[in-house]
Formats: sequence, C-alpha cells, structure tokens
Amino acid sequence: MKHRFSFALTLAALAATAAVSTAQAQEVTLYTTREPALIQPLLAAFTAQSKIKVNTVFVKDGLLERVKAEGERSPADVLMTVDAGNLLDLVDGGVTQPVKSAALESVIPANLRGADGQWFTLSMRARVLYAEKNLPLKSFRYEDLADPKWKGKVCIRAGQHPYNTGLIAAMIAHDGEAKTEKWLQGVKSNLARKATGGDRDVARDILGGICDIGIANTYYVGHMKASKEGTDARKWGDAIKVIKPTFANEKSGGTHVNISGASVAKHAPQRENAVKLLEFLVSEPAQNMYAQANYEHPVRKGVALDPVVAASIGELKIDPLPLTEIAKHRKQASALVDKVGFDR
Amino acid sequence: MWQASSVLIALGVLAPVVSLIWLALGADWAHWKHLVQYVLPDAALNTAMLMGGVGVLTLVVGTGCAWLVSAHDFPGRKLLHWALLLPLAMPAYIVAFAYLDLLHPIGPVQGALRWMLGYSSPREWRLPDLRSMGGAIFVLGFVLYPYVYMTARAMFMTQPAHLMEAARMLGESRWGAFRRVALPMARPALAVGLSLALLETLNDIGASEFLGVNTLTVSVYTTWITRTDLAGAAQIACSMLLVVIALVWLERHARRHQRYGSAQRMRAIQPERLHGAKAWLATLFTALPVLIGFIAPAAYLCWETYKRLSQGQGVSTGLWMSLGNTLTLALGVTVVTVIAGLIIAWATRNGVSTRHPSRWQARVATLGYAIPGTVLAIGLLTPALALDGGIARLLNLTGLPLMALGVILVVACSIRFLVIPVGGIESGLQRIPSTLEQASRLLGETAFGTLLRVHLPLLKPAVATSALLVFVDAMKELPATLLLRPANFDTLATWLYAEAARGTYEEGAVAALLIVVAGLLPVVLLAKTQLQPTTQTLENPQD
Repeated sequence: MKHRFSFALTLAALAATAAVSTAQAQEVTLYTTREPALIQPLLAAFTAQSKIKVNTVFVKDGLLERVKAEGERSPADVLMTVDAGNLLDLVDGGVTQPVKSAALESVIPANLRGADGQWFTLSMRARVLYAEKNLPLKSFRYEDLADPKWKGKVCIRAGQHPYNTGLIAAMIAHDGEAKTEKWLQGVKSNLARKATGGDRDVARDILGGICDIGIANTYYVGHMKASKEGTDARKWGDAIKVIKPTFANEKSGGTHVNISGASVAKHAPQRENAVKLLEFLVSEPAQNMYAQANYEHPVRKGVALDPVVAASIGELKIDPLPLTEIAKHRKQASALVDKVGFDR
Repeated sequence: MWQASSVLIALGVLAPVVSLIWLALGADWAHWKHLVQYVLPDAALNTAMLMGGVGVLTLVVGTGCAWLVSAHDFPGRKLLHWALLLPLAMPAYIVAFAYLDLLHPIGPVQGALRWMLGYSSPREWRLPDLRSMGGAIFVLGFVLYPYVYMTARAMFMTQPAHLMEAARMLGESRWGAFRRVALPMARPALAVGLSLALLETLNDIGASEFLGVNTLTVSVYTTWITRTDLAGAAQIACSMLLVVIALVWLERHARRHQRYGSAQRMRAIQPERLHGAKAWLATLFTALPVLIGFIAPAAYLCWETYKRLSQGQGVSTGLWMSLGNTLTLALGVTVVTVIAGLIIAWATRNGVSTRHPSRWQARVATLGYAIPGTVLAIGLLTPALALDGGIARLLNLTGLPLMALGVILVVACSIRFLVIPVGGIESGLQRIPSTLEQASRLLGETAFGTLLRVHLPLLKPAVATSALLVFVDAMKELPATLLLRPANFDTLATWLYAEAARGTYEEGAVAALLIVVAGLLPVVLLAKTQLQPTTQTLENPQD
C-alpha cells in the first residue's frame, strides 16, 4: 500500500515536471473570456510570426477568482476579456501589472486604456439599433426606446447582461439615476417579449414579426449580413437595417461602445512574451483581422473596416464619455435593472 | 477504516461548501435589503413554480410510462421501454435551443401551421412565445423525466407479483392496485429519481436563461457576475443550500421507518396485453416523451449538422480531441465517484449502525449536486489551489501540478455527481435483506469480504446504473469544466459553449450531435443493465 502510494506520487511528480518543463519553452499563456473561435486566427498569426506558442484557457465566468486563487504560481500571462468594467475588476482585484510600451501607447488613445498601462483596449463594438428594414426611421436616440409609440415593439437581451448594464451605466453617467430609472421603466413597458436571448435574436425576432426595433452589438450585423446566401443567419441579417443612436443631451452626440481588451497578469511567468502578444494584437495585420474576421471596429486608426460593416454601419462617432467613468456606474445600473424588474 | 474513508470523502465534499460559507460570512449583508426587496421574491417564486411544474411533469410522465411498460403490453412496447431513456443523452440547454429554433415564428413548425391556415407572414399570425415559464417547464420536464422513469421502472420490474395479485383478489381494480400497492412500494425509487430531476432543475442555468426564467440560481449568477459580488452570491447560494437540505431531510424523515428488503422468492409482474384503442393510447402516451425529449431535438441537430457539412465545414481535429478529452474526463469522474459512492454507502448502510451521526456522510454527498456548478467550482478553488500549492512546494515544483493535470477538475465533477452513486447504491443496499450480511459475518467473513463476495454481485445493476448515469452527466458538464480546466483542454460541452457565447449555436451543431452520440452508448447500456430481467436476480439470487 505504502509502495503504491509513493509510486503514484512519483508518477504525478514526473508528469507535473513534464508539464512544467514544456512551459519553459517559448510560450505564453492566455486566460480569456472571449470565444476561442474569434481569437484563434489572431493567435495562430502571432505564433507564426514570433514562434511563441500560445496556450489558451477559455474561462467564461470567474476569471478573476481563478487567477486570484492561483496566486503567484498562476501560469497566466495575459488576461483578456470584454467590457471596461470587467477589466477594471481585474485591476481592482490586484491580478494585473502595469506595462510600459510605446507601441501600445502610440496606437491606443488614452481614454481607451487604464492608468499605468494596467489594461488596454484591443477592439471596439458599438451598441446600436437594429430596425425592421422597411421602417421609415433615419435617426434614433437611446432615450427614444422609452417612447410609448414603440409599445410592444422592442426586443433586447437580458438587462443584466454586461452589454446592457454598460449602456444603462452610460445613461446614468449622462442623465443621472432618477432619469435613467424612468427611462428603463419605459423601455420595459415597450418590450415585445421577455428581455432574454442573445443579440442575434433581436434580428431573428424582427424577421419573425415579434418586434420592430431592438438594441444589439455591431459585430453580429457583420457576421449575419456576410453569411452565405440562403443561410438562416443571412436571412436574419437581411431583415434589418442599422441605425447608430446617440444620447439626447448636448455633451454627448456619440454612440455607446463597449470594448474588448487585455491586461498582463500580475505574476506572469512569461511577462516579456505577454507584452509581445499585446503589441502584436494592436499591430496593423492583427487589427485588420479584428476588423475583417470579427467585424469589430479596430482600435488602431487607419485600419479599414470590413466592407459589409462599412456599408451597413460605417465609422463610429464614439460617445466621448471616458469608459472608466461609465464603468463606475455599472453596479448602480445592475441594481436599477432589478428595481424596475426589467428581466422579470 | 470504512468509517474513516467515508468521513474523509465527506470532508472533501464539504470543503467547497465551507469555503463558500466562509466567503458568505466575510461580506457585509447590506445588499440584502435590495435583494429581498427586488430580487428574491420573484426569483424564489420562479424557482418554486419551475420546480413544481417540472416535478409534476416528470412524475406523471416518468411514473406513467414506467407503469405502462411494466404492467402492460402494447404495440411498440419492446422498443419504447428503452427508448424512453434517450433524453438522458440530451443536455437541457441544447434541447432548449433546438425548440427555440423549431418553434420560432420563422421556424418549420409555425411555418407549416401558417401555410395550412393560409397566412403569409408571421406578422399576421403566430403562436405564443416559448420563452416563458411554461416553455421552461415543458423543456426541462421532457428532458429530465428519464430520472424518474428509470428508477420507477426498475422498481416496478422487480416488484413481487404476488402483492399485486393479493390486492386484486381483495377486490382492487388494476388502477387501485397500482395506486395502493405498487406506487407506495416504489416510493423510495421515485423519491431518488424525482430528487435528481429537481436538483438538476435547480442547477440549470442554460435552459432557464435561454427561456428567460430568472430562478434563484440565475440570481446567484447575476449577483456574482454583474456586480462582481462573489460574497453576495455565496450568501444566496448558502441560503438555497439550506432549502435543499430541508427538502432532502423532509423526504428522508417521511419514510424513516420503512424498510424495503425482502428475502422471499418472488415472481415479477406479468404484463397484461392491451387491445384496440387502449393499446394505441398506451403507445401514444409512451412515445410522446421520446419524441419530444429526444427525437425532435436530435433530428434538428442532424439537420443542422447536415447543413454545415454540406457547406463544406468539416469536423476539425480540435473537435475530435475534445471528444477524447470528454470521454477521458467522464471516465475519470465515473471511476472516482463510484468508488467513493461505494465506500460511503457501505460505511453508512442500515444495520451496521442506526445512529444518525454515522449517516451524515451520505447526506453530505447530496450537497455537491445541489450547488450550482460554477458556484461549487468557485468554492473549491481556494482549498484546492492551497493544497495544490502545498504539494508543489513539497515536491519543489513550479506552477500548480494538480490544476495543470486536470486533477482538480475531476475532483470538482466528482463532488458534483457523487450523490448519484451514493443514492443508487444506497437504495440498492436497502433492498438486500440485512440477514445476508449477518449470515456472511457469522460465517467469519470480514466486512470487506462481505461487500466483495455477497453484496457487490447483488449490487451490480445499481452500480452499473450509477456509473453510466454519472458518465453521461459528466460528459454534459459545463460550468465547472469552464472554470477549472487546464490550458488547451476543451471538451465537447465547452466547445459548444464557445459557439453559444458568440451567439452562433447552430455552428456548434456538430459538437452537440457528438455529445448526443457519445451519450447514446452509455444510455443504451443503461437500458440493458437497468431494464433487462436480469435485475431480478437481485430478489432471487438462487435462480
């Protein structure tokens, strides 16, 4: 019995050593909440160029908790996620480290990265209006969603989804909590169905006659409208047109965006490679891939949009409110969603 | 020795729970005002309605079908009696997705209906939305009824015919005999099946979320994710746990004096042949659950897969690797849980000690199943990684060996599914008369020898059933795997989830179909071990 136990231990130790020794080759480990299929081509391109192998862990929720629990032995080098709020949580959770990189700072505008280089925006997506394609509608303000004339005609995903709490937080930052609550109440009473599903369901439900308008992210439009002729996704995409809403007040005049971004992990064993990966992700070829393969808006200036995105959405005029300012109101936004029973 | 191992396992299961309680206590309770005012009443009501609905549906469908195929003969019975298990191979979130697509206004069902009714556009006529409480009950009920069906069927098959015959001779109708003899006898089995189905319902996030039903589990999730309030989520999770414990205790308490073992020679119930309309009604009633819970969603997946493949999208090597990983993970979890389950069930069996303290381990095993997968994984993170770091220091390794080798993932899934073998083997043990053990021990056999040479052969069906159930469940497991897997480790479920996260579920059709196909084999095996007459050796070892 004793023998067998020590044998098992040795075996485990051997296997672990093997696992560790491969980790010492040219590698970088990426923990991401982003869907692997979206970033895999980017990572493959990075490996091809730098000969650095990328190990990935696609963690959906609990990225912060896992890295925190792993502590200083964590193999994570780069932490990648969406939404500025999530990135700020990583910073607040103490699992990131500052990075000084001229390459990153020259490409990414200051309002799209954290103080001390704690996090960096890699791509942007706007929260826009999908409308039934024949609807005589030219412009739209986020405030109009609560207009009673849209009663029973609005589709949107769960209010507690980060994309929506982000938008509601932006509304709070612009108009204050009381006004936002009233607005949210109005949107709730305009809903055509439960606030549920995904962003593409908005397009599908518009085609299905459940609703006329809805709020969703830009890249789904590219994905749907660029799908092969005859596929379901293409039919949904063809049923809608996109309008870029703005906020009503004068300070604003831009469309709400959320971002995808990344940080270097605090205990990154391959810190140098981690920075190399980040720098690669904002390089021109990588930003091109963000635009062409993911239908996102690149963070780097001068990179062309995907033709389908360019035709159906075009360049963005971004709400100038700093992302960190919006992220501050995120918990308040989530509480409001509960208070008005938005998802009920 | 048995006691000690059993206690050790139970402590392992308790580790994440204790860590959760610790987390919950560490935070302030100020936000409870908000939760109590705006979140919990609605979430609790939704949870109660969902569990009530799913409970009734699974009981009616599961018990009804089990009784029909056990005591009656009708067209298709031979096929249906095992086909009724097929929905087990279907993850609930996949079924929910399939029905969202099938029943959408622009989907095939409503399209055909509009064509028949002469409408041209869904704007003129459409059915009510599936995304509702009713829809969630429908989907979960028809996916989860096999848990009840399986346990009920096994019970009816091995139920002694003479009891039924006695009841009939005393003037009971067939229905009366069923209601007053067969059903009460089957109660422990029904309770096991129902509690698995209900715990599965309580745990579900995917299907409820798709269908827009905000349960307590979804609230735990929202509180954690959207507000980055892990402590708050832990607090709600712990409160939910109290409810689960209360339910399990109540169920146990209600039948604490019952013993189901019997050493008499017995003959199983002979099916009665049904004729005419009655026979076809029976066929319809038993075929419908298979159609709804398996055939329709499976056909949908086949069709979507066919569309992908015909568009030139092949099955990537990554997907095959995921299949390998999935099977390895499921096998590892099955081995661990069955061994642990045997130890716990044996150490805490009736007869060896009737005092309560020795039996808490078996109840503890329920906890893993009752905690939402992600929350369980979060609870496990701290103790497991502390141990991992300790081992690494001891062996002078860099990194985290247990995490990197996937050991922690296997442990997490094992904690989650331990209740299945514990429950299954326990109820199996209950049916073995304790006189057998007494005889064996009197003849000088040790406890281990008795387990090995007397009980294990008799328990084979129960062990096999539990093992296969765990295998199928572990294959479908998602939340713990998402959080605890090592780098570059994908399973079919995470693969599918990745597509879902992008909102392109139909792209994951191939992965979904692979999950179902890989789950079919264990389910068919399950049908063989569970539903063949060989189970009767349980009652009658001499034959």
